[in-house]
Amino acid sequence: MAIPLAYVARSLAARRLTTALTAGGMALVVYVFATVLMLSAGLEQTLIATGQEDNVVVIRRSSQTEVQSGIARAQADVVEALPQIALDAEGRPLVSKEPVVLINLPKRGTGKPANVVIRGVTQAGLGLRPQVHLVEGRMFRPGTAEIITGRSIADGFQGAGLGETLRFASRDWTVVGVFDAGHTAFDSEIWGDAEQMLQAFRRNGYSSMLFRLTNADDFDAVKHAIETDPRLTLEAKREQRFYAEQSEALSKFISILGTSISIIFSIGAVIGAAITMYASVASRTGEIGTLRALGFSRKAVLTAFLLEALLLGLIGGVAGLLAASVMQALSISTTNFQTFAEIAFSFTLTPRIVVASLIFALGMGFVGGFLPAARAARMKIVDALRAA
Amino acid sequence: MTADAQVGTVDERREHAGGAPPEPLVAIRNLSKYYLRGDQVIPVLVDIDLDVPEGDFVALMGPSGSGKSTLLNLIAGIDKPSSGEIRIAGVDITQLSDADLALWRSANVGFIFQFYNLMPVLSAFGNVELPLQLTSLSRRERRDRVETALALVGLSDRATHLPNELSGGQQQRVAIARALITDPTLIVADEPTGDLDRTTAGEILGLLERLNRELDKTIIMVTHDPKAAEKAHRVVHLEKGVLVH
Repeated sequence: MAIPLAYVARSLAARRLTTALTAGGMALVVYVFATVLMLSAGLEQTLIATGQEDNVVVIRRSSQTEVQSGIARAQADVVEALPQIALDAEGRPLVSKEPVVLINLPKRGTGKPANVVIRGVTQAGLGLRPQVHLVEGRMFRPGTAEIITGRSIADGFQGAGLGETLRFASRDWTVVGVFDAGHTAFDSEIWGDAEQMLQAFRRNGYSSMLFRLTNADDFDAVKHAIETDPRLTLEAKREQRFYAEQSEALSKFISILGTSISIIFSIGAVIGAAITMYASVASRTGEIGTLRALGFSRKAVLTAFLLEALLLGLIGGVAGLLAASVMQALSISTTNFQTFAEIAFSFTLTPRIVVASLIFALGMGFVGGFLPAARAARMKIVDALRAA
Repeated sequence: MTADAQVGTVDERREHAGGAPPEPLVAIRNLSKYYLRGDQVIPVLVDIDLDVPEGDFVALMGPSGSGKSTLLNLIAGIDKPSSGEIRIAGVDITQLSDADLALWRSANVGFIFQFYNLMPVLSAFGNVELPLQLTSLSRRERRDRVETALALVGLSDRATHLPNELSGGQQQRVAIARALITDPTLIVADEPTGDLDRTTAGEILGLLERLNRELDKTIIMVTHDPKAAEKAHRVVHLEKGVLVH
């Protein structure tokens, strides 16, 4: 039979200050742990949301990113002729052949340079990305030196706002519109007319191709056709998979770094919890003796003190998560290791992170509370009563 | 929890058993307790033989260090003897495992301590209810019992008070209600009036007397106070671990 929960909870409440300080220490660790996972999840979600289920990205075989890739015009024509590609209302294949180039732009405020993706797109390219909407200005006109910028770029880089001018590829480009790409990677890109970009950057071929399948199930057939055609040294990936892979290295790095830091911090928090619980056991020796005398078993005492430590962890966990959830309002940008381009994303709190953080917090409580709880359970009743 | 709920007085039970004297509730034989300090053996209790019949009220007296509290602890099953036998209601508690002994205590022994030993974070109600958490009684049954016990010790109006909101005498009353709540065979009291002024001590002793007389509870009480011992049916003296009747 268990010692009542009310006793466990009120014992914690009775020592408000030490409980608050210990739970505060745990909350800080949980905060770091959760925000790192939120960062990683935000990055993953941003890149995964960038892709559409029935879109296919084609890049040169073995190139990890569009910037590394190159597709000759002749190869692009072969791909474009594949029968599985969907057609638009006028019977043209829904294909966008795009040059993708990295340029260096100074950030607003600091003036520090960062890599930004320039993408040459066609009318079809816009249709293939329904999540992209113009929020300011207008669309660029084909055949001109006009560009539109993603919201993160417009806000974060000098000369990238509406009506401003950017200089790259020996030309001045006027920003005629700002688009919102629904928190996807496109928010961190600059778009202009594909043919203009090819000329400006003196490119003969494209970087990547994007097309829509008539039927999403045709992907394997298309992949087979592209990857076995001896004229093509290309590979095809579903757009969602392609962008998910883009986030893997950075997301893994953030997760590993953050988890390592959290684990180191947690050692401090566990020691804090252990000290609190040892103090709790020491100040309640008489109570432990009384409980045992009344007939509560060693197991019941062990369970009560462990529960108290777990509750302490839970309080810390919930407080840490609440603090971390505030971070969702923030958006940050960093350089993606794989694309070398700046990417903006926000902290994303997922149910998985909530569960992981609470388990982490309870784990700290358990580890910190076990030895003191075992000490309480091992006490001889007469010794404990004598100490009362 | 009322006198009506009891099965009868000792005399009635004796009559029922055909006049034969009932087996003592507590039967102690050759009980010894030693402590080891390095190589030195320190005797605390030596070859104690003691019978306590059901319904008795025994005061254990003796100078400090005479072993009276150790004897009480052994009878209550919270300490283990070095040798000997303690039979309580026919059960040799020296043979019980740690877990069985805990269960046995919860059902058979009510404790009253010198410093009350209440849980400071629980109300008077919560403290009295504590031993019932070890039973299978429903919440409602527990509440009914606690209310009856608190009424018995005259603290119905203090049920929601925390121990630090009660006087010493009131705290000891709560402790007595807690000791009674499981309707135990035996009540052990270690200096129950040691922390109280003369008047309050008299009230507490009066309450213990009532428990013995009206509820037929067997009480073994350790005390230094001859006035307290006067309330007992008999006084057992210990000196240097040996009984001197």
